[in-house]
Amino acid sequence: MSEAVTVEIGEYKYGFAFPDRSVFKTRKGLDEEIVRTISRMKNEPEWMLQYRLRGLEAFRRKPMPNWGADLSEINFDEIYYYAKPTEDRKGRWEELPEEIRKTYDRIGIPEAERKFLAGVGAQYDSEIVYHNIRSDLERKGVVFCAPEDALRDHPELVRKYFGTVIPFNDNKFAALNTAVWSGGSFIYVPKGVRVEIPLQAYFRINLESFGQFERTLIIADEGSFVHYIEGCTAPIYSRNSLHSAVVEILALKGARVRYTTIQNWSNNVYNLVTKRAVAYEEAVVEWVDGNIGSKRTMKYPAVYLLGQKAHGEVLSIAFAGKGQEQDTGGKIVHAASDTSSVITSKSISKDGGIASYRGLIKVYPQLTGIKSHVVCDALLLDPQSKTNTYPYMEIESEDVSMEHEARVSRISEEQLFYLRSRGLSESEASLMIVNGFLDPLVKQLPLEYAVELNRLIELEMEGSVG
Amino acid sequence: MLLQIENLHTRIEEKEILKGVNLGIERGEIHALMGPNGSGKSTLANVLLGHPSYTVASGRILFEGQDILEADPEDRARLGMFLAFQYPVEVPGVTVGKFLKRSVEILRDGEGPLNVNKFIEELRAAMDTMGMDRSFINRYLNEGFSGGEKKRMEILQMLLFQPKLAILDETDSGLDIDALRIVAQGVNRLRGDQFSALIITHYQRILDYIKPDKVHIMIYGRIVLSGGADLVGELESRGYDWIREEVRL
Repeated sequence: MSEAVTVEIGEYKYGFAFPDRSVFKTRKGLDEEIVRTISRMKNEPEWMLQYRLRGLEAFRRKPMPNWGADLSEINFDEIYYYAKPTEDRKGRWEELPEEIRKTYDRIGIPEAERKFLAGVGAQYDSEIVYHNIRSDLERKGVVFCAPEDALRDHPELVRKYFGTVIPFNDNKFAALNTAVWSGGSFIYVPKGVRVEIPLQAYFRINLESFGQFERTLIIADEGSFVHYIEGCTAPIYSRNSLHSAVVEILALKGARVRYTTIQNWSNNVYNLVTKRAVAYEEAVVEWVDGNIGSKRTMKYPAVYLLGQKAHGEVLSIAFAGKGQEQDTGGKIVHAASDTSSVITSKSISKDGGIASYRGLIKVYPQLTGIKSHVVCDALLLDPQSKTNTYPYMEIESEDVSMEHEARVSRISEEQLFYLRSRGLSESEASLMIVNGFLDPLVKQLPLEYAVELNRLIELEMEGSVG
Repeated sequence: MLLQIENLHTRIEEKEILKGVNLGIERGEIHALMGPNGSGKSTLANVLLGHPSYTVASGRILFEGQDILEADPEDRARLGMFLAFQYPVEVPGVTVGKFLKRSVEILRDGEGPLNVNKFIEELRAAMDTMGMDRSFINRYLNEGFSGGEKKRMEILQMLLFQPKLAILDETDSGLDIDALRIVAQGVNRLRGDQFSALIITHYQRILDYIKPDKVHIMIYGRIVLSGGADLVGELESRGYDWIREEVRL
């Protein structure tokens, strides 16, 4: 008798598209010539071209993952791997072509920049088209730019760290990114400098059957702090697009890096991203990973705790609606004594969506004073939806305090009836229960992002009651 | 007539539970509905608020003269009906303060946007009446509450919403005498010509503190006997068996 909760998915607000006005685009498909073309367009040093070619080779050799989300519909020959939207980057929104400017206005980036950001990079298809950082940060030596510009202006830093956290052959999609990467962010925070206001990058795909492969490298020098935020959206097309980013973070001794993602791709985007950080002595790395959109996401932000007393944290929030599969989680490697970690995962599935938590806690041999805490909560909104939990542990030391909790709950008819008998409509009651489920986690987000996340969940939950 | 129930038959799944209930409550009246376990009292309470698991097979429910059988639970609440649940559910992550503010906002629609400071003042006063610590405002709704705290929370809501009709579904069960007195005090505070109540109970105990205008006995899904407050005393001394026998006859 008990009926499913009938809340329809809200309309995706960022599904609009503008015509293809790229100033340059490679043909469909991927081969060595395309990789060489991308490298030539960017006037790269020879070592980067050679590195790309090694990536291409590894991509061809590596098998598709035989686990995780269903990727069988990806056709690598049907994708455009590089599209240059404008001739050059701008430092003022007004200088951008009208349609690109309109896109960011509708997403609200210039407004967010004025209100609460210290710097913004905006990527449109393959290139960062807008970049700006507050001058006071620049004077302190903070570098925040497109990686192509870093390669030109800070070649020694890029050469020293690029590909050191995630090697070119780490997995098939990291290899693909290595071959065709374009855009992304490069950040360097000097010793002891604290960037108190977040930096943000925004990634927008406009083209159909497109692949976006940004590359981000963050180096937080000793005792520094930075909070980096990324957001992303794309138009709704019937054909699939692919987003495969690589994000590498180095938190040197005593540094703290917080990386927040609000992923809201349209439901024709495969989002297959490799994110990894290394934390040296007493460093702290926090991944706040919100996955709301996309068709399939496979993403497990990792922290390698390499120095004593380092701390790693992953907060993962996933929302899987109709036709979506969110295969997300986190990975912590304890490679030094007295290191600690926390993984908190909350997922919501509705309308047949599948949300899976996949996590790994690894502790190297002969370590002491290791602490780790993993909590996975899943909420199912109807009987058609699914959730899975795959917690892996490889513990090779004795002195380890390891806690793991996992819970699955459902919105019950009794909860809905209770709230409705207090005047709330069925959809508002569902939303209140969902927000309540997320509340302990959302509380830990910076205010603006908590507001943004709540708004997105509200959009996903919006709709008429059947 | 505020509430008029006419020949109400209901089923849950295939089982018929209410088998022709007739009941009328005038404005300002307090009625008690008594009866043994499984007689259909809680079913009636849930059906009055429109619980989706119950199917009304026939009959009518009129509230202020309007047939509400097709109305959703939220619409019935907005008309001025309130149910104090026998087993209030936990809603993790939703604070008491947030929940109450939103409900009061909806249920007092027409009074304009809620003044938050005024609301908090009112909420604190109501909590004092109910003997509830103010720290409850920031707790998650019913989560980890004791049985007695859950019941007080229900009556606190009644005080804030000021319904035209409150249905108390065994609010007295599991309460110690002090809690019972406080709950009764909450009901008596609202008592007046704009407030009616249907108090569902097994025991006469709560009726020592809230004197009903009318008493009904429900057995096997029907109201088999109605009378004044003196019926309570009779039940007290003779139990339900004599009524059962009379019904069979």
